[in-house]
Amino acid sequence: MVGILLVSHVQSLADGVKELAKMIAPSVPIVAIGGLPDGSPGTDVERIFSGLNEVDQGDGVMIFMDLGSAVMSTEMALEFDPNEKHIMQNAPMVEGTIVAASAIQAGSTLEEACSLVESQRNVDKF
Amino acid sequence: MSVNKETLLNIIECMQKNITENRSYLSDLDRAIGDGDHGINMDRGFQEVMKKMDDMKNQDLAGILRTTGMTLAFKVGGASGPLYGTAFMKASDLLKGKDEIVIEDLPSLLDAGIGGIQMRGKAEQHEKTMLDALIPAKIALEEALAGGSSSDESIKAMLDACEAGAEYTKTIKATKGRASYIGERSIGHMDPGAASSLILLQSIAEVIQ
Repeated sequence: MVGILLVSHVQSLADGVKELAKMIAPSVPIVAIGGLPDGSPGTDVERIFSGLNEVDQGDGVMIFMDLGSAVMSTEMALEFDPNEKHIMQNAPMVEGTIVAASAIQAGSTLEEACSLVESQRNVDKF
Repeated sequence: MSVNKETLLNIIECMQKNITENRSYLSDLDRAIGDGDHGINMDRGFQEVMKKMDDMKNQDLAGILRTTGMTLAFKVGGASGPLYGTAFMKASDLLKGKDEIVIEDLPSLLDAGIGGIQMRGKAEQHEKTMLDALIPAKIALEEALAGGSSSDESIKAMLDACEAGAEYTKTIKATKGRASYIGERSIGHMDPGAASSLILLQSIAEVIQ
């Protein structure tokens, strides 16, 4: 099954998105990473590394990030350990994660879930 | 001017000393237009680099810059980590197999670093970022050297341009990063990344002059 990695500046934000996604997608592997090792806000490349390893079951990982340095830190992690099935998602973290989790829960492949997120990422909230 | 391994380690140590001394200054600048942690983040990163000193003493010039870059990228915790980290690593690529840096190498090392920052941050000049300090600094150094200025004169030209570039960031509004969310209200404040870039270049000058 495709995994989802959440990368946020704070652990509780990543945990909250995970909790929401788990309600609709209980079987999907989701790992929430947030903040620095000492608990202060920020993004930590090493924690992103270990999160990727933890969530990867071999079918790929979709990565959702909150802001700025979360994106850059994730890019760095991917450069040091390249894997074409670890894909950063250019989508809002909450909406994107819910779209991906629903699709993966329903049996989507990495490619299918990524194109669904791509097609949904500019959908108006109202 | 010639920088060997020992001098390079001194430069990195000097960078740490100056970043630590300016921790509050950098965070204050960041508090005005961002999230207020630039000084804390940079200090944490360079403190971690210092912990690698013993390893770096056994490395060549390229290895030293690579270790510094990797450590900053991994440990700073904010956007400046991957940005400066990539800069040091790109500069490291130019030093493979070398055991000495001469003044004529400095523009291309800066250029590689700037390229790394642009690649990572997808930023251009005039967006109120560290690039506004670094790009003019590199150009001034290049021009001074091409015009036959001495090593000391060229370094001075580089620092003057860097400082002017950092000052210039006060006059423009941010269009990149978190400061861009406050738009016009970012005018009047120096970009903290431009300020830390100036400190890093001043540290190089402090050691080699």
